[in-house]
Amino acid sequence: MQRFEAGAIIDGFELVERLASGGMASLWRANSPRFDFPLVLKVPFLDPGGDVSVILGFEAEELILRRLSGPHVPRFVASGSLSEIPFIAMEFVAGTSLAQLMSNAPLPADEVARVGSEIAKALAALHRQKVVHLDLKPENVILAERGAVLLDFGLARHAELPDLLGAESSVPMGSAAYMAPEQVLGERGDPASDLFALGCILYQLATGEEPYGRPATFAGMKRRLYHAPRPPRDLNGAIPRWLEAIILRCMEVDRSKRYVDAAHILSDLRNPDQVVVAGHLPRSKEIWATIRGLFRKTDDRSLVGKPTTSRLQSGPSIVLVAVDLANGNDQLAKEVLSETARVLGSRQDSWLACVTVLKTEIIGDTPTVDESGRSEYLKRLVALKDWSRPLHLPEDRISYHVLEAVSPADAILNYAEHNDVGHIVVGARASSAIRRHLGSVSTKVVAQALCSVSVVRLKVIEEQGRR
Amino acid sequence: MRIAILSDIHSNREALDAVLEVVGERGWDELVLLGDLVGYGPDPVYAVETAADLVDQGALCVMGNHDEAIAFNKGGMTENARIAASWTRERLTSAHVDFLARLPVSLTSEDRQYVHASAERPGKWLYIRDVDSAERCLSSSVARFVFCGHTHIPAIYYALPGRRPICFQPLANVAAPLSAVGRLVVNVGAVGQPRDGNPAACFTLVDTQRHEVSMIRVPYAYEETARKIADFGLPAWLGMRLKIGR
Repeated sequence: MQRFEAGAIIDGFELVERLASGGMASLWRANSPRFDFPLVLKVPFLDPGGDVSVILGFEAEELILRRLSGPHVPRFVASGSLSEIPFIAMEFVAGTSLAQLMSNAPLPADEVARVGSEIAKALAALHRQKVVHLDLKPENVILAERGAVLLDFGLARHAELPDLLGAESSVPMGSAAYMAPEQVLGERGDPASDLFALGCILYQLATGEEPYGRPATFAGMKRRLYHAPRPPRDLNGAIPRWLEAIILRCMEVDRSKRYVDAAHILSDLRNPDQVVVAGHLPRSKEIWATIRGLFRKTDDRSLVGKPTTSRLQSGPSIVLVAVDLANGNDQLAKEVLSETARVLGSRQDSWLACVTVLKTEIIGDTPTVDESGRSEYLKRLVALKDWSRPLHLPEDRISYHVLEAVSPADAILNYAEHNDVGHIVVGARASSAIRRHLGSVSTKVVAQALCSVSVVRLKVIEEQGRR
Repeated sequence: MRIAILSDIHSNREALDAVLEVVGERGWDELVLLGDLVGYGPDPVYAVETAADLVDQGALCVMGNHDEAIAFNKGGMTENARIAASWTRERLTSAHVDFLARLPVSLTSEDRQYVHASAERPGKWLYIRDVDSAERCLSSSVARFVFCGHTHIPAIYYALPGRRPICFQPLANVAAPLSAVGRLVVNVGAVGQPRDGNPAACFTLVDTQRHEVSMIRVPYAYEETARKIADFGLPAWLGMRLKIGR
């Protein structure tokens, strides 16, 4: 095996300084006159006769990293072939390692939520690119200025690439402390596995303890299928109920009960008041459930539920509907409602954010109070809930937001981007002179949204026709 | 180097023309026809003459079981195939038959072996439908990559040192890696009679610089091919299956 010294040059990359790394590869800070940003070279340890999975992991990482883009992954630069000197050159990401931050855990809830939402955002971006990380752990997350950056795709899975690694063995691959139950059973490819790992990270950030320890045996890893970890609030009473609810929902053994996708976790972490906190079972009932569980012989596979991949492709997971209720529940508002029902119909577990905008004249203006003393804000909230009632969505699938803004379009766009919305439904009023002059809300939303937009317009009736 | 590989044309003029148009647009350094130029379809003369022209331009071409059956009057096929084969024989001149009869059953170029069915006894036309038959194919070959057709279903088998191969269903028009570690059996799919549920013609592009292999799907007017099949009185199923891709 080749050993490299600082100053060595590989394919035009000069090795500067060796960095700490795991057992699969050495990491080097590197320079190249061709690139004006700091670089890292990852050189796998390839011993003749060594474990073939090191080569496969190297190949998988090269294939996947080269296909990924965006701020949440290190930029791929170049790679060296296995027949010469294998390496992957990528951007050096400056920032704080999550592992370093973890040493200060337990952290206050708002800090846990802030860090968690950064990671959730990065996971959402990764999953959108059809990649599941499968080895999410503090060492593989850098908190950079541009957001969380995920590292090390050696165990990752791309939905459109053959899984050369996965077919290799039935031994679970991943990190014992954060591995999802279905991954323990050898399944590789469900984005829900990364959400489980995020749950474990949030658990550890909030309590200072790893939920399952670091079992070294297969039987030890399988324990998480049957035994729930101690509830976070048992370990740290300062954890608010909403945060505990988010953590435990990420860590459901049955993945169909976990969050649908990372964007939902992001949304809940950013809007704690919308989190549905389920009542805890009384202790005695919990004990009985455990005892019953001991006598029920269940199949491990059935415990972890069905893969979530197919439902993720059936439609948008978060739908934003922007409805103008300034004129009450008028014909256009009703039409917007039916279109929303159609968009939601494509997916059983989609989630709806109902938005209405309260126009203010100046930024920072307080909500106006009318003669009866009820704030306009509350009135709108009530109207919004009433408007959405015919959809009959359970409370964990719907949220209501009255946004106060000078520009309704900007408020809608901002909310959509911030919460990783997958589809916007918005109404458009018939053309008028003022609207033509000022530009309509829907026109701006369509022009600037980062996702699909349905524009709902009442069919023009002949007599009123365009003249 | 860009390599375009076409298999199982099966006298389907519409599919062949559509595929060759795309192949021409993409460009190629090596063009390979993996056999079964004829059989099943209504345009055997066009298929053989187009293949002969391409071979004159430097294309490689191997023999398939239908080419053999028609050239040497061999039996051992399903009823539909037999009816189509005897109909085909009546259409072809001796020069056409001679072209088919002279085709080799296997060709090798650099680290690639080209066969119609399997590198395991190529003239026996064994089907590669599972990991075991793919493994036997590779153990019968010294090439790193074996390209084949015959099943009309695109597939890639990755064989890693000391382990059983894994089967990958390549996605339409999405490049799959040519693993640097293992050996591969690539079933390139069918131009003239796809059977994977997608009626669009299928051919394979290999890019040796990018280490990628892609199954390219080309929609074509199969109604026209099916109409000719019906007009010539060939078995109705041969037209129907083009419409459903089975």
